[in-house]
Amino acid sequence: MAVQEHKHTVRDVSVRLCRDGEGESLLFLHGAGGWPAWGPFFDALARRCQLLVPEHPGFGLSDNPDWIRNVADVAMYYLDFLDALEGPPVHLVGHSLGGWIAAEIAARNTSRIRSLTLIAPAGLRVKGLLSGDNFIWSPEEYARNLFYDQAFAERELAHVPSEQEADIALTNRYMATKLGWEPRWFNPALERWLHRVRVPTLVLWGRDDKLFPSAYAKAWAERLPDSRVDIIPECGHRPHVEKADLSAQKILGFIGGRK
Amino acid sequence: MKFTFFHLMPYRPLDMAERHKHRAAWVVLPNSLYDPKKGADEYAAYIDQLVYAEELGFDVIAVNEHHQTAYGMMPAPNLIASALIQRTKKAKIAVVGRALPLVNNPVYIAEEFAMLDNLSRGRLITGFVRGIGNEYHASGINPFFSHERYQEAHDLIVAAWTRPGPFAFEGTHYNLRYVNLWPRPYQQPHPPIWIPSMGSSETIKWAAAPERKYPFLVTFSGRDLVARYLNMYREQARQFGYEAGGDQLGWASPVYVADTDERAREEARAGIETLFNDFLAVPWEMLLPPGYMSLSSMKNTIKMRKALGSRARHSMEELIESGTVVVGSPRTVRDQLSRLRDATGATNLVTMLQFGVLPDDLTKRNMEMFASEVMPHLR
Repeated sequence: MAVQEHKHTVRDVSVRLCRDGEGESLLFLHGAGGWPAWGPFFDALARRCQLLVPEHPGFGLSDNPDWIRNVADVAMYYLDFLDALEGPPVHLVGHSLGGWIAAEIAARNTSRIRSLTLIAPAGLRVKGLLSGDNFIWSPEEYARNLFYDQAFAERELAHVPSEQEADIALTNRYMATKLGWEPRWFNPALERWLHRVRVPTLVLWGRDDKLFPSAYAKAWAERLPDSRVDIIPECGHRPHVEKADLSAQKILGFIGGRK
Repeated sequence: MKFTFFHLMPYRPLDMAERHKHRAAWVVLPNSLYDPKKGADEYAAYIDQLVYAEELGFDVIAVNEHHQTAYGMMPAPNLIASALIQRTKKAKIAVVGRALPLVNNPVYIAEEFAMLDNLSRGRLITGFVRGIGNEYHASGINPFFSHERYQEAHDLIVAAWTRPGPFAFEGTHYNLRYVNLWPRPYQQPHPPIWIPSMGSSETIKWAAAPERKYPFLVTFSGRDLVARYLNMYREQARQFGYEAGGDQLGWASPVYVADTDERAREEARAGIETLFNDFLAVPWEMLLPPGYMSLSSMKNTIKMRKALGSRARHSMEELIESGTVVVGSPRTVRDQLSRLRDATGATNLVTMLQFGVLPDDLTKRNMEMFASEVMPHLR
């Protein structure tokens, strides 16, 4: 089945949505870098699930409503989004900023969620373990710090973006700033409420993540009532890119084992 | 013309080799490079210079705010203004400006300015700015909301100065049940507000609006940009149905005067080049964090920057050529300044006569030469 891209409207907000595969629904929430290019990770998931990958409001070409002021607003948007989806509850997977959003959703209401996977999520602060300062990094530092295998960074740096790609990257950077600058990539209230995430949760992290240290995984595991942690060696902040097949296998294994 | 003597108070003893091991002289520059004994000498020397400017006949002496940087040692410029009030009699004291979005309660800014206005019996000129992008890294304030916070803080401060208190302020970023200024400002309805800016059409339109008519200052820009922005203000005022006065229009520039062009260039070089290349230069990510400019302005800026190519160090010649700095004999300096005045009708000149590592003796001579050989001819 080919990847389908269309406009998806919930109430008065319209976003880009990619859909592929059949079976149980898996909703993937992307990170602050924006709507990911379709790659082997998504292909692997779509072979087993109906994969839904929306582009968050405020990012790329999706609507950018002024009322979205913080991550809590995005989470509320996605509760509407989930209510409007047909079919049974979904497997919710979020990376980085998307992981933070997913956790905020799940802490509010899990009635539309079957399982939760957090890949190197933002959202919690661990005192004494500062996150990397992605806002001060140069483009080169940004690319290099996100990957363990520098070949991925080299590829990103060698890519000359089209005008539209550059505009989208800038739009995404603005939205990332709006949502993540202060407090830097976390919600001080979130840790208090993670006990409400009453679905099985997988916390997946690249061991060599320079944005959010993989030691954060422990803090998540301590607060989530039903969680397991899986740390991927020789891997940076984007396991689904750097270790695409392995990450997909781990997620599918987790989802399958929990049926 | 009206003349302002403006100071940034750079930390001159900075070890430049060490400085260049870091991405900027801002925010991340280790403060172990600051020696308090040398710093105290700097403050004393700079305050003497500001006080001396009154004696030389400058109309205004001015300071401003920057944080966590060797570029300017005034995170709290009102402290310096307060010292200047005690040591001067007639010069206006300008704080141009305070960075409004960086505080979580702008009433404090209104209060402090009201105090300075009382202490000086109405000699205060205020400036409202947003701070350089670096300031958002230093303060943690989200640059995405910089414009919103600026507008709202402005409205709150002006209301605090002019509306009978107590009143409630109901905003988005600022919500206060009681706004009730003690003391109220000395000047009525409130102290003058200057708007220093690198220039943007939105800011110009806002400053020129008939209910504000705030004097606009173009800072640190080449002569073409200065002329363009000042004429934009003039045109904007016409669209609002009035003619902008010369005192509504100004620009700020480093100036150095000596007997001859050659001597001026020789003596100013180190000061000018350290100002632009060592103290001010910061990477793009620090200077323009997302939201500091609107998305559309940012897209234009990126395009312009691509066209210009990446910048190496600025030479003084290049900065003189573009008119970003004015360096030369009294005649050269008079000519350049009067040409820009005539091209724009601006009569508010903000001079920076100490810049970068320029030492005290040259600063003093520069000030004296400017006051005796340039000022009287341009008045």
